Amino acid sequence: MPPELAESTAPSHGARVAALWGRLHGFGPVAGLVLLCIAGTLLNGEFATVDNALNVLTRTAFIGIIAVGMCFVIISGGIDLSVGSMAALIAGCMILLMNKLAQTIGSPVLVIALGMVLSLGLGAVFGLIHGLLISKGRIEPFIVTLGTLGIFRAYLTYFADGGAITLDNALADAYSPVYYGSLLGVPFPVWVFAVVALAGGFILNRTAYGRYVQAIGSNEQVARYAAVAVDKVKVLTYMLLGLCVGIATLLYVPRLGSASPTTGLLWELEAIAAVIVGGTALKGGAGSVTGTVVGAILLSVISNILNLTSIISVYLNAAVQGFVIIIVAFLQRGRR
Amino acid sequence: MSLSVEFRDITRSFGPVQVLHGVSFALAPGKVVGLLGENGAGKSTLMKILAGYLEPTSGEIVVDGQPRHFRDSRAAEAAGIVLIHQEFNLAEDLTIAQNIFLGHEKLRGWLLDDDAMRQATREVLRQVGLDADPDTRVRQLIVAEKQLVEIAKALARKARLLVMDEPTATLTPGETQRLFALMAQLKAEGVTLVYISHKLDEVEKVTDEVIVMRDGRFVARQPTASLTRHAMANLMVGRELSDLFPPKDPVPEGAPLLQVRGFTVPGWAQDVSFEVRAGEILGFAGLVGAGRTELFEGLMGLRPHSAGIVQVDGREVHLRNSREAANEGITYLSEDRKGKGLLVDFGLRENLTLMNLRAYARPVLSPAREQEALEGAVRSFGIRTGDTRQRASALSGGNQQKLALAKVLQPQPRVVVLDEPTRGVDVGAKRDIYFLIQRLAREGQAVIVISSELVELIGLCHRVAVMRGGQLTATVHDEHLSEEELIAHATGTR
Repeated sequence: MPPELAESTAPSHGARVAALWGRLHGFGPVAGLVLLCIAGTLLNGEFATVDNALNVLTRTAFIGIIAVGMCFVIISGGIDLSVGSMAALIAGCMILLMNKLAQTIGSPVLVIALGMVLSLGLGAVFGLIHGLLISKGRIEPFIVTLGTLGIFRAYLTYFADGGAITLDNALADAYSPVYYGSLLGVPFPVWVFAVVALAGGFILNRTAYGRYVQAIGSNEQVARYAAVAVDKVKVLTYMLLGLCVGIATLLYVPRLGSASPTTGLLWELEAIAAVIVGGTALKGGAGSVTGTVVGAILLSVISNILNLTSIISVYLNAAVQGFVIIIVAFLQRGRR
Repeated sequence: MSLSVEFRDITRSFGPVQVLHGVSFALAPGKVVGLLGENGAGKSTLMKILAGYLEPTSGEIVVDGQPRHFRDSRAAEAAGIVLIHQEFNLAEDLTIAQNIFLGHEKLRGWLLDDDAMRQATREVLRQVGLDADPDTRVRQLIVAEKQLVEIAKALARKARLLVMDEPTATLTPGETQRLFALMAQLKAEGVTLVYISHKLDEVEKVTDEVIVMRDGRFVARQPTASLTRHAMANLMVGRELSDLFPPKDPVPEGAPLLQVRGFTVPGWAQDVSFEVRAGEILGFAGLVGAGRTELFEGLMGLRPHSAGIVQVDGREVHLRNSREAANEGITYLSEDRKGKGLLVDFGLRENLTLMNLRAYARPVLSPAREQEALEGAVRSFGIRTGDTRQRASALSGGNQQKLALAKVLQPQPRVVVLDEPTRGVDVGAKRDIYFLIQRLAREGQAVIVISSELVELIGLCHRVAVMRGGQLTATVHDEHLSEEELIAHATGTR
């Protein structure tokens, strides 16, 4: 057992340096974000303005909210590839329902409220289906959600008849403040993002459910033997992600007022990237909501800087993000 | 020709911690040498250095008169030195033959020579007495069979010095006997054997010479015949050991707390009936594969069962998973500490409270109350740890086991099933665990102990149930409790 002995005797120089280094690792994403912001400020004076900061946060909100849910799924040892398609299908269904209801119900607010309920409900139901197939059906999460990735998007394309599903103008006007409006000078999507992130962090760290999610990701057998209701926790985790997708979608719909086969394309990869950049291990067990939020912001700051400066072509945006993901993964290797 | 090995002033540090302080001794060629010491004495580290898995910080190893420096285990293997790990080094999804030749594949031109490897595997499997097809995947083998595959692998590498680290920890008496016969055969062929074990009766039986280490230092070297078990234990601990087992309390009176009738776990246990009273310690003996672990996993709802009635306090219960079992006051300590018992990457606190986390969530978790519970457990279970905020993996084997025990006792069960509670644990910690088990019984819990160490069952239990081939063949009481009696029932010679 000697290597463990090294861990157990803390008060020595080498161990203290190691502990400090370990803690610094945890701040990696934050440090990266700070460095990026400094670079952005030096490159373009407009970067460090409140307007730009809020703009970046608003754009991050969709992916960020989904990433918080994804963080739970990945920590539990799972994955969900379908979130982009799910968002698109939910957006389509939501718009179809609201257009239909608007013909019979006079109040646009009520119609929109019902649309939002549908969005959350569909998200939860899709999550429930994923969770049941994965836990009770014992199919790998990768396979289940690879399947639904195709199913969700195909149904949206079918409903939209290959084109776009568009929200009625009157409704779109009534709905637009949800995306474009702000409270105390901060846009609504940013508020929602903040609430989801805080709630996520609280649930993960301060509830029994959150502890179970981590335990299952660390070693599912141990959790099962320790009387943890593993299947129930897994189903709840996918439902939580579904709800996050629902929330992101109800914020997204007023932005463009339509859903098309390209809606939410590659969101799943952006959300997974945010989680991983935030220091969560892809194999599960350990991770943090804070890291995920920082990861999501970091990725959108990159594209923001590329937009504001002309050093690197915006066409290379995805490439720069790709390099960052690989560099972060390189820096975090062997931490566990 | 036997290999002669000498350690000269070997030291080794892990970071700031020095675990070997200048160890020097020679291994007698062609003998079976018992290497004794408590957990953390440095035995495993020294043997890993010998087999090329670790490098010494200073000092040298002299093999056949030549100072040697093994850069990796392949280099050591080339010199004929093979270490069989305490934890297996087998690729579960490969076949037995693929594992045995992993890294040393036989080739015919550019291609693998599967036929030759299969043939050679059959030969070594025959030597170790494992009747299995070389094409069987290792995953499908039980633990004892994996152990034999490890030994077969060493044979296939033409080992001249074989180090076995706790080889019988997972073996039943019958399998252990077969291993000893194999060791005698290897010795006759001139192989030097280093035998590390906590089971002193076995050391007494199979070794020619005993080397004792304590706190990273060489302590003593004696011919085995000149030492009693008691003397060996004292050398290891460095002080006089009082009695290993607590005195037995009288068998409690009263109605059974847990009653099981006609319980069947398909493929593992058929029509098993037993009962246990509050305050009673019931042992379960049997060979590996007799179905003891599987019976209780079935009872806990961790495996499907097909028939049977389970009553707690005379009330019939249906346990579909371990959560329902815990709700009925039954908890189970798995024999597989790392795979099913502890979250080794998690802190001690998170491990301790995992089974009854609800008690610390109202609905918000209170880390302060969890920490309080941990400090209580550290005191009452005697978990030795420098820092209560470290990971479970930082604890020694014995202390991990105490933590795992504390964990299954957290929900304050009325019936607790302990599967191999002292596996891989040193003498001092074993004694602690025995006294703890007695304390549980005195507090009115029904304790079921599954163990492959007969001495332990005899020393601890009021009654011992013996299983063979999935059937409960006998329940042995009081004055009938003896190793001969239990082995006879377990092997079916009575």
